[in-house]
Amino acid sequence: MPTFVYMTRCDGCGYCVDICPSDIMHIDTTWRRAYNIEPDMCWECYSCVKACPMHAIDVRGYADFCPLGHAVRVHRDEEEGLIAWRIKFRGGRIKDLVAPITTKPWGQFIPDLKKVPAPTKEQRESQLLFNEPKYIRLDDGDLYTLESQGLKMRQGVYY
Amino acid sequence: MSNPFAWLGAYGITPGMMQAFVVVMVLAVVLGVILDVMHKHSAQYFFEHTERMKKFATRQLSSSEKTGLLIQTILSEVLTSSEFHNPKRRIAHLLKMYGFVLFVLSTAVLIFFYGASQTAGIWPLLWRLGALMVMIGGWWFWLALRVDVSSEGHPWYRIVRADMFILSLLGTTTFGFLWSITNSAILFFLFVLSAVVLFGGVYWSKFGHMFFKPAAAYQKRVLMADGSREHLPPFYRRAEVLDQSTMDLVRDIPADQKFGLCIMKDEPKHY
Repeated sequence: MPTFVYMTRCDGCGYCVDICPSDIMHIDTTWRRAYNIEPDMCWECYSCVKACPMHAIDVRGYADFCPLGHAVRVHRDEEEGLIAWRIKFRGGRIKDLVAPITTKPWGQFIPDLKKVPAPTKEQRESQLLFNEPKYIRLDDGDLYTLESQGLKMRQGVYY
Repeated sequence: MSNPFAWLGAYGITPGMMQAFVVVMVLAVVLGVILDVMHKHSAQYFFEHTERMKKFATRQLSSSEKTGLLIQTILSEVLTSSEFHNPKRRIAHLLKMYGFVLFVLSTAVLIFFYGASQTAGIWPLLWRLGALMVMIGGWWFWLALRVDVSSEGHPWYRIVRADMFILSLLGTTTFGFLWSITNSAILFFLFVLSAVVLFGGVYWSKFGHMFFKPAAAYQKRVLMADGSREHLPPFYRRAEVLDQSTMDLVRDIPADQKFGLCIMKDEPKHY
């Protein structure tokens, strides 16, 4: 389920319009306030929720894991470099989480993964990497591609 | 500097007629706000939201605390427009707000106390100054800061219903100022027409926000103070939370060294 805007809190600043990766947060032509123009296409990525300086955007999650009475709210503070969450369960229990902001400028601080050592046997067999070595065929000579298997595409889309 | 309203005698417009016009405009604003509130159920929603959040309050606020919050709201959100995160929008809004107050106040003084008198002390200067302040803040907003232009990428000349308030405000002050230096009958007519649209169009425009926004700002402060916080998490300081396990990544980085520009400071380049 998608994001929605509390129009009484929104001041039409446009930060959510700028940040939405799906380009579905836009400005209403009657009141100059933000709204989600295509709720079906919303990924609930929370970019607009985090970007809104007025905390005017919230998400109506799917009812199977977000029942009525729940609340998931976030406060992103660039000055302190922190992002804080509050999860409120319908029974009243509250969980708070705070973590650092790690957003980097576009095109900078991209890790050079070729230089990162491969996982050790213990790491591969641990719970953290469960099944991943098998899925990427780490012990089987790398991912299967058409070329590696000696196959040619007869029909399909050529890029 | 002369009182421009003194020139209207030449068109047969008496001070009594001007005063009646001002009174009608004030009544139009009052009626428009009342109808707007009734139509949008703003007051009903406002009070229902307050009642809903009261259940999650962790403490009861005393009347002196509430008075303190009211004073803080007036000093911060009302007088300095501190709700605006974007500094350019905030400056433009301050120019428009104080300019409008000065313009309306000096209009009332000139019409009710100086009528047909050519000289009116400092008031004609304040009238023109108020108009200029609104024009500077308003045209800056219209041409560059308006979200339709800065975020949506629409051209500045695209007009929608949401622009009714700012356009009528700009029309009133721009035509009024130009009329005050040229004494042109056409400019006076456009000035009056813009003023009628501005004050008479409250039901359809955003004019009413100047009454709703302070109330909403006060409500936000009360909700933060009583513990409900509208379910928002605490606003931590970095030093308070450095010992938490989630901060392992950044614990050894100096506090003034941030990872990057982050999303707010990067200019949008999507169009």
